[in-house]
Amino acid sequence: MHPSPEMQREMLRQMQTIRRFEERATQDYLAGDIYGVVHSYIGEEAVAVGVCSALEDGDQIVSTHRGHGHCIAKGADLDRMMAELYGRETGYCKGKGGSMHIADFDIGMLGANGIVGGGIPIATGAGLAAQMDGKGRVAVSFFGDGASNAGSFHESLNIAATWKLPMLYVCENNRYAANTAAAATHAQEDVAARAHGYDIPGIIVDGNDISAVYDAATTAVARARAGEGPTLIECKTYRWGRHTERPTQAEPRPASEVAEWKTRDPIPRLVEALKAQQGQLTDEEWEEMDREILARISSAVTYAKASAFPKPEAALDDVFSGEVA
Amino acid sequence: MAMITYAQAGTAALAEEMRRDPTVFELCTDATESLLDEFGPERIRTTPITENTFTGMAVGAAGSGYRPVVNWRQVTFGFVAMDPIVNQACKIHYMFGGQQKFPITFRAAVGGGTKLAAQHSQSPYSMFMNLAGLKIILPSTPYDMKGLLKAAIRDNNPVMSFESNRLMGLEGEVPDEDYVVPIGKADIKREGRDITVVAIAWMVQEALAAADILDKEGVSVEVVDPRTLAPMDGETIRASVRKTGRLLVADEAGPTAGASAEIISLATEDTETFKMMKAPARRVCALEAPIPYSPVLEDHVFPNRERIADGIRAVLAAG
Repeated sequence: MHPSPEMQREMLRQMQTIRRFEERATQDYLAGDIYGVVHSYIGEEAVAVGVCSALEDGDQIVSTHRGHGHCIAKGADLDRMMAELYGRETGYCKGKGGSMHIADFDIGMLGANGIVGGGIPIATGAGLAAQMDGKGRVAVSFFGDGASNAGSFHESLNIAATWKLPMLYVCENNRYAANTAAAATHAQEDVAARAHGYDIPGIIVDGNDISAVYDAATTAVARARAGEGPTLIECKTYRWGRHTERPTQAEPRPASEVAEWKTRDPIPRLVEALKAQQGQLTDEEWEEMDREILARISSAVTYAKASAFPKPEAALDDVFSGEVA
Repeated sequence: MAMITYAQAGTAALAEEMRRDPTVFELCTDATESLLDEFGPERIRTTPITENTFTGMAVGAAGSGYRPVVNWRQVTFGFVAMDPIVNQACKIHYMFGGQQKFPITFRAAVGGGTKLAAQHSQSPYSMFMNLAGLKIILPSTPYDMKGLLKAAIRDNNPVMSFESNRLMGLEGEVPDEDYVVPIGKADIKREGRDITVVAIAWMVQEALAAADILDKEGVSVEVVDPRTLAPMDGETIRASVRKTGRLLVADEAGPTAGASAEIISLATEDTETFKMMKAPARRVCALEAPIPYSPVLEDHVFPNRERIADGIRAVLAAG
């Protein structure tokens, strides 16, 4: 199913929001205002936005250590995201989680996760819950090429396929697990081919073509809602930055490879596609959209900076949930 | 009131909670037949043998409104699931700012005496006591098993239920009606005047037997069962030690950084309790080796009622 022009403009807005959010998060991290580490999603925006555009509000996703894009695509609030990165009490996790652990259960974002492969069983459990609820909800597991080598990936696909869980397994194959090339660690190039072992569809899409991602996700969501079981979607993509934004982070990738992938930027591709459709986007409208996005990011930073740090003794809050059933 | 075994009390607890709350379901590698007959395969979920993944799935289901019970049978297999236990279940309520509860009960049999050698004879509870965000129960009687496990299933946090291999066949009176044993409350299993023996799980039964031996020697032994290791009821332990003036801890696990070490610290770090102690505290624990198979070797490694009795005599001789 091809997305409508209105939907494509919304996809463009979300992708550019992710791009601008990551640029600002990196800038403020390097300035010392954001702590720990930042993993930038720049270059991979079409995957999160393409998949989440195929979901309904009640559907659930589980993210990775590179999770800002998934949060934004699922509808997370930019103020609370930025406040969390700034370690403030108004952040999504009250300053307990930071960049790698943003969650918003109210919108079905069940958390970014610092363990490669750790989120896949959690998403599968959400898929089991969706099946037991019987209300047609689906669950999505986002993970990278690195996680596709973990036992949890294979175990989860086997269970989800056997039980026909309403799941999408979305592999963001950006060709590198941290600093290690997938070519050196994968027995076969295509992660999607592993679906054959679990008798489920394994689809390869150009992860920088948002329409292709959306089409594949829409088909997979329909299959999941119909009770026919999970789909593995491998999105071939690339992160522009290094594994993390740490100044000391190693960069083993050839500069020519990085440059080549930047020519496949998903955002101008959608801009050009919209412009080519008569009257759907003008240069002025695109510039205006970007200005609005920059202003929105800027106001999120203002909100974060104006927010208080948590009180030190709040470190002991929420170790346990106090209620009993 | 019925006479049932420790193992049957565990099954009864799960069945009662599943009748009470439709969000309770079990993930296990082999189903208990009576539970499967009553609740069916949708709620008694037999999984592939993939502890890492079905434990992680419990985290996802708990975060989506369910109350899963994960049964690894032996704690041995729970080690395969250390990521979802340690990195996920124990931390994410806190890490996500308390926005979602994760009620999960983990069931794992512990301890030796089964002649199953090192991998299937483990008492690793102190490893898990280091995890902030996890509660730990360790019942020593059929009554406590049913009441504590029901409390664990109703708790809105991850709770580890360590269940003693040696006690599975132990019979005791268990009320048919609904009751819970509160998590975090120790129980005085026998009152005494001369020494406090804090004993864990199977060691409670051995300490009670040792108390009978010492009674014939004119020594009055108080046996305290912590029942939950996290949170630990330090106040009940300290009050008993202040009363008797002496402390011995009996544990089927090894001593190093063990629950026994924590219990002694909880008592002796308290000035009032320390002032009233007449002798140094002492431990009776397993020897520090992987548990061996041959009965002669296994019996040598584990503490028992005779070693507890000897330990009590040693504390009394010291002051």
